[in-house]
Amino acid sequence: MTHTEDPPRQPSLPIVENLSRRAAVKGGFATLGAAAFVAAISPLRHAAKNSSAAEFMQQHYKELSPEGKAAVIARLESEAKENYGAEVTIADDRPIPGTKFVYAINLSVCNGNGKCVEACHKENNHDRSTNQSYIRVIEMPKGTMDMEQGTTTYTGAVPKDDKFYLPVQCQQCDEPPCVDVCPVKATWKEEDGIVVVDYNWCIGCRYCEAACPYHARRFNWKQPEVPAEQVNPDQSYLSNRIRPAGVVEKCTYCLHRTRRGKLPACLEACPTGARVFGNILDPQSSIRWILENKRVYILKEELGTKPAFFYYFD
Amino acid sequence: MSSIPVKESHLTRYPKFLGRSLWLATEGSFGFYAWMTMLTALFLVGANAWAHQVAGGMISTNMTDHVSWGLYIANFTFMVGLAAGGVMMVIPAYLYHDRKMHDVVIIGELLAIAAIVMCLFFVLADLGRPDRFWHLIPGIGKFNFPISMLTWDVIVLNGYLVLNLHICGYLLYMRFLGRKPNPVWYVPFVMLSIVWAISIHTVTAFLYCGLGGRPFWNSALLAPRFLASAFVSGPAFIIVAMLLMKRLTKVRGLDAPISTLTGIIRVTILINLLMVASELFTEFYTGGAHVSAAKYLFFGLHGHTALVPWTWTAIGLNVVAALLFLWPGILATRHRWMLAAACAMAFVGTWIEKGMGLIIPGFIPSTLHEIVEYAPSQLEWKVTVGIWALGLMVFTVALKTALPSLNQPAE
Ligand code: SF4
Ligand code: SF4
Repeated sequence: MTHTEDPPRQPSLPIVENLSRRAAVKGGFATLGAAAFVAAISPLRHAAKNSSAAEFMQQHYKELSPEGKAAVIARLESEAKENYGAEVTIADDRPIPGTKFVYAINLSVCNGNGKCVEACHKENNHDRSTNQSYIRVIEMPKGTMDMEQGTTTYTGAVPKDDKFYLPVQCQQCDEPPCVDVCPVKATWKEEDGIVVVDYNWCIGCRYCEAACPYHARRFNWKQPEVPAEQVNPDQSYLSNRIRPAGVVEKCTYCLHRTRRGKLPACLEACPTGARVFGNILDPQSSIRWILENKRVYILKEELGTKPAFFYYFD
Repeated sequence: MSSIPVKESHLTRYPKFLGRSLWLATEGSFGFYAWMTMLTALFLVGANAWAHQVAGGMISTNMTDHVSWGLYIANFTFMVGLAAGGVMMVIPAYLYHDRKMHDVVIIGELLAIAAIVMCLFFVLADLGRPDRFWHLIPGIGKFNFPISMLTWDVIVLNGYLVLNLHICGYLLYMRFLGRKPNPVWYVPFVMLSIVWAISIHTVTAFLYCGLGGRPFWNSALLAPRFLASAFVSGPAFIIVAMLLMKRLTKVRGLDAPISTLTGIIRVTILINLLMVASELFTEFYTGGAHVSAAKYLFFGLHGHTALVPWTWTAIGLNVVAALLFLWPGILATRHRWMLAAACAMAFVGTWIEKGMGLIIPGFIPSTLHEIVEYAPSQLEWKVTVGIWALGLMVFTVALKTALPSLNQPAE
C-alpha cells in the first residue's frame, strides 16, 4: 500500500488524466439512477397526499394532552367527512372505575344464525366489500370440542340436529399474548379489561395477529369502504371509528356502547338470548350469577391466556 | 490509538477513505457495469412495486388475516440465517487460528452486512405503515422492551450491522492509511461478533417459538434448527462467491478457505437433516392435534396441497446436496462445478425450508383450524427480487472495496 502515505491533497487515484471524464460519466449514471428511482417510487406521492404532517407526527394515545386529544379527534372527524361524506362524532370513552367487563355465551341456546356477525360488521364500520366482522361462528359436530372438525363456512338452515355452534371473538385475555408481542405498545389492556389498539400508532407489523390464539385480530389490507349512509356515526377513538389502511383492529366489546351503559351490538342482535354481558365486579349482575352457578369453561385454557370470555351449557 | 500522528484527524480522513472506496468500487470492466445495471434495474422494479403497495394498501399481496405473514417474512428469516452464517469464517480464523482463513475472513463479514441490510428492507416491506417506522426507534418512539421479542430482534440485528460495519470499516481504513491494524481495535469485536451472530438467529427463532397458539413453531428445536441451517446457507453462499472470485479477480489463496468451508458444510448439513428427522418423528409418531401443520406441509391437509411441492423440492435438494458433500471427490479442483452445484442446492433447499416451509405452515391451519392457503402475489415477488438485487449490489460494492486488501494478504 504505497499511495496512502501521500499527503491527501494529491489525488491518489490510478487514472489521473481520465479523472474528470470518468467523474462526469459516473455522475451522469448516478443522476440517471436517482431520477429512475424517484420515478419508480412516485406512487408514494399519492399515499403521502392522504396523510397529513399532523398525522405523521401524532404521539401515542396515552401521551396526548387533553387539548392534543381534542385536536386529533377534530381532525379525524373532518377526515371522515372528507373521505366518507359522513357526519360523525368521535368520543374518548374511558373505563368506568370499578368495572371489569366479561362476556358469556350459552352454547345450548346459540343456533348459529349469524346475526351477531352481521351486527358487528355494521356497528363497527367494517369494510363492506370484504364483509369483515370480529366474530366467527364455528359449526361443530356434537360430542367434540376439537375445532379441527368444525367449519366457519357452513350453509343451509340452522340449527342442524347433529351440530352445535361456537361463536369466537376477542376473549379480552387477562394475559394477552397480542399485547406482549407488540413492539411499539400500540395495543394494551385497559382497566375495565378491554384490549384496545391505537390505530394511529400501530405500525402494521401484524405480530399481534400471529400471536393471538383465537383469530381475533384483523388487518386493514386496504382503506375500508363504507357508503356514507351506512356509516355508524356514533364512534369512539379506541373502537369503531373508521380505521386507516395498514393497521390492525379488533373487538372492543363495543366500548363506545358499553362504557356508556349500553350492551354490545352482537348481544342486542342475538335472537336466541345466548349472549350475556356484564360487570363481573358487580355482585348483583346476571353474568356473576352465571359464572357462579353454571358449568363454565374457556377456550384453549392450556395456553394460559386467561380469557374474560366464557362458554357454558345449560 | 495513540500511535497516530495528528497530522489530519480521522474526522476528515475517514470520509476521504469512504469516497475513495466508492470511487474504486465503481470502477470496473464491462461485465461489472452490466451486472450492476441489471441489479439496478431489478431494484427499481422492486421499488416501484413497493410504492404501489404502500399507495394502494397491502391488498395487492396475497396475505390474509389467516396467513398474515408471507414471502417477506420468509425471506427475512432466511436472511438472518445468511447473516449469521458468515460467522462460520470467523470461527476458524480467530478461534482456530487458521491463517489462510484470516486473510479472507472479511468476505463473511461483508456478506453479513449485505444480508442485514436485506433483512431490514424485508421488514420495512412487510409493515402496513412504513411511514410510522419511527415509532420503533427507542427514545422517540415507544419501545416495548424487554417484553416484545421483536424489539430484541431490532436491537440484535442493528447491533450486528454496526459491529460488522466497524470491523470491516476499521480493517479497510487501516489499509487505506497504510498501517497495520491494531488488534486491540478489532479482535475483541470479532470475538463479540461470534456470540452476536448466534444471538441474532436465536432471537429470530424466539420470535416464532414464543407463540403458544402456533403449535408448528412452538418447539424448542426451532432455534438450534435455525442455526444449523444458517451454517449451511452462509458458507454455501461464500463458497460460490469465492469460486467466482477465483475466476474473475486476481485474489489468491482462496483454495484453503474453500476447503475449510466445505468441511464445515459437510457437518452442518447432516446436523440439519438429523434435526429435521427428529422433529418429524416427534410430530408424526405422536400424532394428535399438533401434527396438522406438519401434515399440511408434507402431505397436504383435506385436499389442500399448495406447499407440498415446495417441501419435497427442499428435501430433495438438501438430501442430494448432503450426499454430494459427503463424496470426497467434491474437493478435487477439476470438479469445481460439482461443488458449486452442491452449494446452490443446499442454498435453495435452505431458502425454501427456512422460508415458505417455516413461516406459512405456522398459519395453516389457522388458530381456529381453518385452512386458507397462500401463494405469493406477483407484487410480492417483485418486491422480493428488488430487495435481493439491492443486497447483491451492496455485497458486490463492498467486495470490490475490499479487493485491494484481498489481493495482498496480510503479512
Ligand atoms: S383473544 Fe386474541 S386479540 Fe383478544 S386479547 Fe386474547 S390474544 Fe389478544
Ligand atoms: S400490528 Fe400493530 S398492534 Fe399489532 S403488534 Fe404490530 S404494531 Fe402492535
